[in-house]
Amino acid sequence: MTEAAALSPETVMRQMKQNGVTDIVWLPDSETNWLFLLMQADPDLRLVGVTREGHACSIAAGLFAGGKKPMILIQNTGMMESGDSIRGWLMGLKVPIVLMVGYRGYTRHGVNTDTAATYTERFLMAFGIPFYLVENDGDADRISIAFKEAEKIQGPVVVLVGDEYHGFNR
Amino acid sequence: MMYTAEVLKVFERHRGDSIVISGRGGKHWMAISDTVMDIPLGDPAMGGHSGFGLGLALAQPGKKVVLFDSEGDILMSMGQLATIAEQAPANFYHFILDNEVYATTGGQPVPNSKHVDYAMIARGAGYPRAYNYSELDQFSAELSGILSKPGPVFVALKVWPEVENTPIGQRVRWRKRSSDKVVSDVRAALGAA
Repeated sequence: MTEAAALSPETVMRQMKQNGVTDIVWLPDSETNWLFLLMQADPDLRLVGVTREGHACSIAAGLFAGGKKPMILIQNTGMMESGDSIRGWLMGLKVPIVLMVGYRGYTRHGVNTDTAATYTERFLMAFGIPFYLVENDGDADRISIAFKEAEKIQGPVVVLVGDEYHGFNR
Repeated sequence: MMYTAEVLKVFERHRGDSIVISGRGGKHWMAISDTVMDIPLGDPAMGGHSGFGLGLALAQPGKKVVLFDSEGDILMSMGQLATIAEQAPANFYHFILDNEVYATTGGQPVPNSKHVDYAMIARGAGYPRAYNYSELDQFSAELSGILSKPGPVFVALKVWPEVENTPIGQRVRWRKRSSDKVVSDVRAALGAA
């Protein structure tokens, strides 16, 4: 069986553009080096770097209030640290937004040894946040599905990027 | 020390058509102005108001965005100051009401409450202009000049604490609109909805 291509940063960028993203509020993680370079080179995309992931939620809420379409790009560790900000600034203010979350520790083939991965989906289920797993380019349309769902529910939807170990980093 | 209500009355004379995120001054600001360009959010999650103000200012560069934040919020999210300074929105005016305590939980002092120089911290994070005021006369005299120059600007105001000790469930709710309604109202007013 042929494996689908790894998730490429170009594919993620294409999804962002197709869905009208204007601003990326983000904190670097180990999945996104190449995506950063592409985003930085795009004159139509504003990058707002934060120092702690929870800050991204209120910034994104403010951008939304002012008519922009932000996306949040963080790692699962930071997402869990951001619980109260997700609750208050995104769910409470009914901000339709996609969070692309690096799924640190995820592996579909072996035994998980990273508690960051252990608690990621449990966290999302506890908060009632819909989520989609994206592992390679063949899954990319799930990103657009997440954007549509965020609009439908007027709240946050998470795309888990399960690609830490192959390709997205080059 | 100043009274928050007096500070806001002074500001109201210079408000113009700015968007006002009333933050920790919300209860008093509502008595002064409650239009769709006033954004009383209560406390969605402590430490986040400065981020919300930044986002709104970036999204609406043609409008002045004024935020009344607090020292407790700043201490909780000090890194936001570096993010704001890096983005450098020229239309963002960041005031903090520094009452030196956590007023809504009974008035316990914030860490090192008497000795933190918030304007110095803001300058250190990269704000081009930052000020401290503790006297209403001086603040009144200089506010017009502060607002006439581009942001981001940071203004720390020493105010008397207004401590609440009644159980949260028994407190009088001063907001007339839910937080999400406030956001949808301002989006509609800005043509974003």
